[in-house]
Amino acid sequence: MTIQQRYDLAFTLYPYAHSPDQDAPGPRRHKVVVVGGGPIGLAMALDLGRRGVPVLLLDDHEGVGAGSRAICFAKRTLEICDRLGAAGPMLDKGVVWNVGKVFHDDRLLYEFNLLPEDGHAFPAFINLQQPWFEKFLHDAILQAQAAGAPIEIRGRNRVDAVTHDDNGALLDVTTPDGPYQIAADWLIACDGARSPLRSMLGLNFDGRVFEDNFLIADVRMNAPFPTERWFWFEPHFRSGDSALLHKQPDGIWRIDFQLGWNIDRKHELEPANIRRRVDAMLGPDVEYDLVWTSIYTFQCRRMERFCHGRVIFAGDAAHQVSPFGARGANSGIQDVDNLGWKLAAVINGNAPDRLLDSYDAERVQAADENILNSTRSTDFITPKSTVSKLFRNAVLDLAAQLPFARTIVNSGRLSLPCTHDGSALNGPDDPSLPMRSRPGSPCPDAPTPEGWLLNRLSPGFTLLTIDADAPDTTVAHGQTIPRLALTAADNPALASRYLGDAASAVYLIRPDQHVAARWQAHDAPAIATALARALSLEPAGC
Amino acid sequence: MLTTTPNLTRPDDSYAALIAAHDGLTEAESHALNARLILILMNEVGDHATIAEAIRTARETTGSAA
Ligand SMILES: Cc1cc2nc3c(=O)[nH]c(=O)nc-3n(C[C@H](O)[C@H](O)[C@H](O)COP(=O)(O)OP(=O)(O)OC[C@H]3O[C@@H](n4cnc5c(N)ncnc54)[C@H](O)[C@@H]3O)c2cc1C
Repeated sequence: MTIQQRYDLAFTLYPYAHSPDQDAPGPRRHKVVVVGGGPIGLAMALDLGRRGVPVLLLDDHEGVGAGSRAICFAKRTLEICDRLGAAGPMLDKGVVWNVGKVFHDDRLLYEFNLLPEDGHAFPAFINLQQPWFEKFLHDAILQAQAAGAPIEIRGRNRVDAVTHDDNGALLDVTTPDGPYQIAADWLIACDGARSPLRSMLGLNFDGRVFEDNFLIADVRMNAPFPTERWFWFEPHFRSGDSALLHKQPDGIWRIDFQLGWNIDRKHELEPANIRRRVDAMLGPDVEYDLVWTSIYTFQCRRMERFCHGRVIFAGDAAHQVSPFGARGANSGIQDVDNLGWKLAAVINGNAPDRLLDSYDAERVQAADENILNSTRSTDFITPKSTVSKLFRNAVLDLAAQLPFARTIVNSGRLSLPCTHDGSALNGPDDPSLPMRSRPGSPCPDAPTPEGWLLNRLSPGFTLLTIDADAPDTTVAHGQTIPRLALTAADNPALASRYLGDAASAVYLIRPDQHVAARWQAHDAPAIATALARALSLEPAGC
Repeated sequence: MLTTTPNLTRPDDSYAALIAAHDGLTEAESHALNARLILILMNEVGDHATIAEAIRTARETTGSAA
């Protein structure tokens, strides 16, 4: 039996090994099976394993695919990876940039500096090749396994069929030694944009197709070149509506050329033709090697629902966006962040199954926000009507001289985490506290004398008190919640992000570091009620 | 709140200036000028709710081209 390899590997991480499950008389039952070992499946297995939930990951390859995909990883992704023990090497290897240039045709319109807000452990984002991002997640899995986390990965295990009912799913798996079956209490589909599981279950994936092709060229510069992001609208070197240049680690630059719809792929991929475009972009005297080239297309779409009984979709399998704004992998990692603690709470009997409805609601909300943002960028870059092109070019003309117009220029809005306004898990708010940390928001990081705030939150719920009295632990609904007591004295970042004009504050923080509820002073019954709500212990509608 | 009651300090002068700005322009140049002007005024207003109301009002006003 052979399993066809659809792509070459950058790193072989989990070579096929025969499992005793393959010789069992009937399907062996597993608590959680994750299908797909891309960034999202790896992070999912890592999060669940670190929470002590036994998880089996199946991938049809033996490691990380080579080739160029994601390179921009946002602050929230790094914060989540930090919680998962994987962010250090990402930050060490990743490239940080702050200066960007925007061109129209052959004209430099303006330069900008991102001037990131200080008082955060992580930069606004880093550039890092996706294979390295995945490798660092896998390294963290090896470390977690060594520390006892119940995570197993099986390479060259391809899922070919699935059935499911109220108790779980049954999978047909093909391996180099032939087929076998696995039963799962919970199945998490992280099998990518073409999700075979989604097709096997006959679920639809609707959205908008963009009739466009993009050519990626990763080039190694043979001389120093600035660490800046360059974006062209309607570049003078013939490249459709846009082109983009930015830096990756190891002296590699990513170049993206928008080619348009009706193209001759083979012709465009000829090295001589790629070089002609790159030469025109970089100027005649820049020496470089072509490291990787490919052509891709994209769509903006999502599943109607991410939860189907005991089969749950995450990452590209559940939603797909245009690459403008780098929201693909970044949003998938937030899916993991949202799902991990909820599934663990359900499996451990601390919350009812309906807690998972909030995964569906919150991450559908996030997917819609991401699709909206990336669709707006795409429409700005490639205007869809004469009048929208007129306005787009008016914005660019003004942007060369007037700073206000630069705020409208949209070559991709940086991926920011979704604030789950209106979530059923949100408890009471005190509106005199700052907007940015209202219930549903991801906690903004801040320095504290003992290290970064996010680093000091517990893996479960945390009660954060700022200049407020409270007991050291709160026990309610089967949870023992530690208190993190801080003072805002001499800490302006903490004060502005969590206190505003108030003198004190108490925050109930979810395991995924989103704010559940907040008050100006400690109130034990109110905290217990908010906790019940955050765990969906109250019947829906109450 | 969108102001729909008279607010121009010198209506005739402002209107004449708007028309004069298009003197000698091709139709394409005029369209581009209008687009820039709308964007500049939009920034001057600033508030999204007011801009949205202005857009709605313009869209709902039926004119000779409708
Ligand atoms: C050109 C480009 C640029 C991008 N840039 C960015 C960026 O800068 N930032 C960003 O955040 N995102 C970016 N993205 C998006 C990002 O690459 C994806 O969102 C991300 O890879 C999704 O991860 P995933 O784990 O959901 O799916 P995938 O990475 O597709 O992984 C799916 C895995 O499932 C396995 N699999 C599939 N079928 C089966 C089966 N039947 N049985 C077992 N295993 C199976 C596959 O082999 C694969 O390992 C970009 C994408 C492209 C194409």
